[in-house]
Amino acid sequence: MSGSSDGGGTVAYIQHHLTNLCVGDCDPVTHKAAGFWALHLDTVFFSVALGVLMIAVSWRMGQNLATGTPNGFQNFVEMIIDFVSGQVKDTFPGHNPIIAPLALTIFVWVWLMNFMDLIPVDLLPAIASGVLGIEYLKVVPTTDLNTTLAMSLTVFALILYYNIKIKGVGGYLKMFLFHPFGKFFVPVNIVMSVIEELAKPLSLALRLFGNLFAGELVFLLIALIGGTMAVGLGALIWFPLQVVLDLGWLIFHLLVITLQAFIFMVLTIVYLGMAHTEEH
Amino acid sequence: MNINVTLIAQIIAFVTLLWFVNRVLWNPMNDLLAARQKRIADGLAAADKGKHELEMSEKRAKEHLIEAKSQAAEIMAQAEKRGNEIVEEAKEKARTEGDRLITGAKAEIDQEVNRAKEQLRGQVASVAAAGAGRILGREVDEKAHDDLMKDLVSQI
Repeated sequence: MSGSSDGGGTVAYIQHHLTNLCVGDCDPVTHKAAGFWALHLDTVFFSVALGVLMIAVSWRMGQNLATGTPNGFQNFVEMIIDFVSGQVKDTFPGHNPIIAPLALTIFVWVWLMNFMDLIPVDLLPAIASGVLGIEYLKVVPTTDLNTTLAMSLTVFALILYYNIKIKGVGGYLKMFLFHPFGKFFVPVNIVMSVIEELAKPLSLALRLFGNLFAGELVFLLIALIGGTMAVGLGALIWFPLQVVLDLGWLIFHLLVITLQAFIFMVLTIVYLGMAHTEEH
Repeated sequence: MNINVTLIAQIIAFVTLLWFVNRVLWNPMNDLLAARQKRIADGLAAADKGKHELEMSEKRAKEHLIEAKSQAAEIMAQAEKRGNEIVEEAKEKARTEGDRLITGAKAEIDQEVNRAKEQLRGQVASVAAAGAGRILGREVDEKAHDDLMKDLVSQI
């Protein structure tokens, strides 16, 4: 954390925190990605690590599943699975074996990635720079548009695939022509439908990214209260304020990350459900 | 916007994770939950069946009990009837037997009386003959006075 109290220090602090660990085609000065061939190593690392954690825990649990009376952790996992399959049953018409695991993956993975936001903002970057000598580290994968867009584009690909599979190429194209205003407004229909279809992945990705990015930013600002404004006796006022604000935002954000994971999951189910219905 | 090759890396990560979740988490858990659901449903069905069977057998037991009671009552009534019959029969038999015995005894008595009369009559005749002989001083020839004797005897 930068100790200087001038505006430049504050901006630099925030900028520093919002810069990914970039490898490949990066700008040498700002460390931002300069071209397409730049890889955000921290984003990939944390998301894959959380994915591996998910799989390792489920694999470990799968070694001794109890059919009769499950123990605590299995109970918890069963609760989540029941919740997700309940959501799928409620909102998804018909049956498709890929939907429920997809929804489960999205819900749990997004929640875990969002949860990284609740780790104190300076903790992991400080460890990274102090122990490992890594200068830039952005720990929340969902504050990287690449992550959210990657998921929403995968979902979008599934939407396209099932639209064409269920309705046929002709049926899907016909939807563009005659929806939503009937056959006398074909040009308008095409524009509207294209926008509607493209809005699905974009809104999914941007909603999650925006919420988490904003949340991260607020955490950074709260961290700045104690860090840059508290010098000498002022710390007596600013430090407790920072603690209270941080706790408040933490509790609120716990709600937000769950809600965002839930929304991403439900919208995925709904969009895929729309792709599965013949009549629009 | 900061879109770069990370996007592709994340897509690959997401799809791989999806595959793993489906294989390691979803399918086993889903099978497990389905198996448990089936077990619970089976258990409940078995419980229902058991309850039903209990009701049925209770009903059957009650029916058996009622039947047995009525049978017992019938048997008792029959036995009473039969007992009365036996008593009546025995009474009847006793009565006829008694009557028979009485008639037999009466006949015997009559016979005995007649015989005694006969004997008496004979003795009286002989006594009379002896008496008459003593009176007449000579022997009364019973053969000679046979007609007289018979007449005498019949008069006694």
